[in-house]
Amino acid sequence: MGETVTFDLGLVDRIGGSVDAVGLEDRAGALAKRSIKKESKLFALELAIRCCDLTTLEGSDTPGKIRQLASKAKRPKASDPNIPHVAALCIYPRLVSLAAELLKGSGVKVASVATGFPSGQVPLDLRLEEIERALADGADELDIVISRGALLAGQEEVVFEEVAESKRVAGGAHVKAILETGELGSYDRIRRASLIAMAAGADVIKTSTGKISPASTLPAALCMAEAIRDFGDATGVAVGLKVAGGIRASKDAIRYLVIVNETLGPDWLTPDRFRIGASSLLNDLLMQIDFQRSGVYSDPDRYTLD
Amino acid sequence: MSRVDVRKTYKLYIGGDFPRSESGRSYEVVGPKDEFLANAVRASRKDVRDAVVAAHKARAGWSSLTAYNRGQVLYRVAEIMESRHSDLAEEVARSEGRRGAGKQVDEAIDAWVWYAGWTDKVAQVMGNLNPVAGPYFNISSPEPIGIIGLVAPQAPSLSGLVSRLAPIICGGNAVVVIASEKHPLPAITLAECLATADVPGGVVNILTGHAWELVPVLAAHMDVDAIDVGGVSLELMEETERAAASNVKRVIHPRDASPYEVTAFMETKTVWHPKGA
Amino acid sequence: MAPAWEYSPAPESTDVVNVRDDYGLFIGGEFLEPLSGEYFKTINPATEEVLAAIPIASDEDVDRAVSAARAGFKKWNALKPAERAKFIFRIARVIQERSRELAVLESMNGGKPIKESRDIDVPLAAAHFFYYAGWADKLEYAFPGRTPKPLGVAAQIIPWNFPLLMLAWKIAPALATGNSVVLKPAETTPLTALEFARICEQVGLPPGVVNIITGAGATGAALVRHPDVDKVAFTGSTEVGKEIQRAVAGTGKHLTLELGGKAANIVFDDAPLDQAIEGVVNGIFFNQGHVCCAGSRLLVQESIAERFIEKLKRRLGTLRLGDPLDKNTDIGAINSRDQLDKIKKLVGVGVEEGAEIYQAPCEIPDRGFWFPPTIFTGVSQSHRIAQEEIFGPVLSILTFRTPEEAVEKANNTPYGLSAGVWTEKGSRILWMADRLQAGVVWANTFNRFDPASPFGGYKESGFGREGGRHGLEAYTK
Repeated sequence: MGETVTFDLGLVDRIGGSVDAVGLEDRAGALAKRSIKKESKLFALELAIRCCDLTTLEGSDTPGKIRQLASKAKRPKASDPNIPHVAALCIYPRLVSLAAELLKGSGVKVASVATGFPSGQVPLDLRLEEIERALADGADELDIVISRGALLAGQEEVVFEEVAESKRVAGGAHVKAILETGELGSYDRIRRASLIAMAAGADVIKTSTGKISPASTLPAALCMAEAIRDFGDATGVAVGLKVAGGIRASKDAIRYLVIVNETLGPDWLTPDRFRIGASSLLNDLLMQIDFQRSGVYSDPDRYTLD
Repeated sequence: MSRVDVRKTYKLYIGGDFPRSESGRSYEVVGPKDEFLANAVRASRKDVRDAVVAAHKARAGWSSLTAYNRGQVLYRVAEIMESRHSDLAEEVARSEGRRGAGKQVDEAIDAWVWYAGWTDKVAQVMGNLNPVAGPYFNISSPEPIGIIGLVAPQAPSLSGLVSRLAPIICGGNAVVVIASEKHPLPAITLAECLATADVPGGVVNILTGHAWELVPVLAAHMDVDAIDVGGVSLELMEETERAAASNVKRVIHPRDASPYEVTAFMETKTVWHPKGA
Repeated sequence: MAPAWEYSPAPESTDVVNVRDDYGLFIGGEFLEPLSGEYFKTINPATEEVLAAIPIASDEDVDRAVSAARAGFKKWNALKPAERAKFIFRIARVIQERSRELAVLESMNGGKPIKESRDIDVPLAAAHFFYYAGWADKLEYAFPGRTPKPLGVAAQIIPWNFPLLMLAWKIAPALATGNSVVLKPAETTPLTALEFARICEQVGLPPGVVNIITGAGATGAALVRHPDVDKVAFTGSTEVGKEIQRAVAGTGKHLTLELGGKAANIVFDDAPLDQAIEGVVNGIFFNQGHVCCAGSRLLVQESIAERFIEKLKRRLGTLRLGDPLDKNTDIGAINSRDQLDKIKKLVGVGVEEGAEIYQAPCEIPDRGFWFPPTIFTGVSQSHRIAQEEIFGPVLSILTFRTPEEAVEKANNTPYGLSAGVWTEKGSRILWMADRLQAGVVWANTFNRFDPASPFGGYKESGFGREGGRHGLEAYTK
């Protein structure tokens, strides 16, 4: 670690490694059986809110929808000021300027998807321009997609260059590289894609767009967490993890937290290094917090639908 | 005056060679009418040791031959014995009497042919793909145990020996035989057939001598993995089986010819591997 | 730095079990007081609290049990095989129905983590009965060219590391092949076997088909030596296995032995390392290392040894040692004070021999028997900790350079129960598997068990197989 790190594609081969699918899934399954109760559950629920990227990525998104979500992001439960705000609001670029205005000074970051989300099948110059526009409109963070097509075609250098260029254009803004693990076909390639994105300078690697199935899975997240740990061992650079897509229940969020805790350690249990991208998860987290506090099961209609 | 015949010196069969005992001892072997036949070698505990060393050297090569190859070697033994049929029959007749001698040779030859055909079928019939409840490939197949001690029955001295020897080496083991104490000569003539039938030296080692002297040593030997006690007398049985416990030897009591007699001298190895993309 | 996330205690409830103050010997379908009148106390090794008084079966009690089994054998064989099968299926179902209760009882009496008794021991025990039940009326298909017959009365002696699972491994194939049994559980872990006796009652098994007697070594010895026993099946140490082999010498009793091991877990430089780490951890720390097939020797290729050992040490730091009934416990209690003393002694020898010790930083509870996950580096083949079975959470690490050297070192032991190979190269796996002298070879996995998969050793790890079609052979003639 003493030497200076050169970020290049050679890092990927230097770190290398392969993944046995059955062993990985077995380990993820074992971690999913951790029994998180009482105080430790409250800790996890509150942490999950702080790490939440409250997300809407629909063609039907409107300024009105963004206003509602921004309000929810700042104060997830109106009646309880002790509930922390979420980490970010994750939206399409067209709505960034509005969100930036609404969230100003709240501590909630504006995250914009970019680079031809969700498929990435757009020429590179347009993808980079999208980043520039989002930043100009006030985005703090960028959720970019990698070119899965290029990766599957064996053009690792193309993927590397795209992420590296995106990071260059993004400057100090946080870049989360979406691998879309559900399209990569094997854990070996998920590991490889993770290493390429990190070697190219991504601040965070993210499982999925949420637009295809399967979205985030526990083994894919574990595979990426292991790659993050190995990358850190080799370079001294701490990269974050974001899981997204299909995470609706608190118990699922807690399972991801367990994976992060036992693979990357407590240093990753912060919104700087871990995010959960979700929309309906937040209400379930609020409901579970109430249950933990009162011991009484609640009713979904008591939580605002935004 | 008629011609004086040239008599054979009966020796041991160790590592493909025919040595005398390191002890220089012998014992008198007589025929059915108590007539003198020959002085057989009275092997010592050191000869047992040497025979096990020879078997140890030979086992890896023999077990790594293809099953097809081993089958051809076993079949070759039958061919050689057939070509020496009258010779072998005469040897059995001199030892045990004329009655049934030819039939004993027939049975011995047929046993080789039968087991020659089993070498490449045992794993198919006795092995399994096991349908475990999980994403794993799981297969069990028989493998040779290693070095086998074979105490041959007193009689029939030739077919009795072959009926045990053939299944033992069929599976790929190396063997140290203690021949019939009373009728040791056919075993040594069999050794001549083995030596000329492409059976690699050391795969089969044959000792002659006193059971009370040799069996306990063989049974206790830490490099012998299993012992066929078919020829062990009732008086020696308990002692032999107790000695076998020294290294948890498999103690095998013979049954009728079947592939189970081959697998009796084999271990089942089960290999697991995950199935994942 | 973010605050550590401490998992709150998550104890499994014990209200599902009803431990009685004292138990009887299960002979001929009844719970009987021992003729000896003597009892011993069984404890919870995690708390040293007394759980119940357990009868000590004397020679006369053994004789009663064997006579009952002889009568049971006749009744059992008066049934059609398909009817016998149904009883065995019933047993499997009742184990499933009472699974949580059995798991809790197993963890209370033996010290193993509830996640293991709940997810491995008890489900596998049920699966074993289910698997062998299906064989009971199909035996002619198991042995081509042969008409299998039962042996008679089987004397079965099982160890304390997997009490209910080892009972299933013994009883299921014996019953499926038409034998009756007298089973003696280990001295320190009799409770699930005695609860199993209740299950035999619940399923209406004919009296005497299964008899459970308790006691220590003397009871086992009397059972092995009983003249009316036809078959002896033992799982335990190689030392005792040899004694049993001597005891049955010349009697004509059938014998199978499942004994000790010192398995090598071999990691090549191209292995999937994170899964290999999990395999090594599972290989030696599963059930506190109280596993005969434990991967107690790690052979790691020299080129990755340093990095691999670092990864392993880091992983050790996340193992959670403590209350066996806590659902998050990875390492439970050592089964007994005796076993703890043995582990401590051999670990002391390792330190004296000059190997370097590393122990996971974990808090040891005040009461009960505990030993932290331990690894030794710088171990030589000649060290006692590389040769002798420790039967505890202690891993000896050696290095190798080539596949030949790995095989040579792996086989350089009197044992031959299991082995592990970790490499991405398929042909190397098969090459290694051919050469490793072990009854079970786990490639890119470790410590997997299944009723359909035969298990048993080479060399001084014993003979005979349990599980699968091969497992029937041990109970037929």
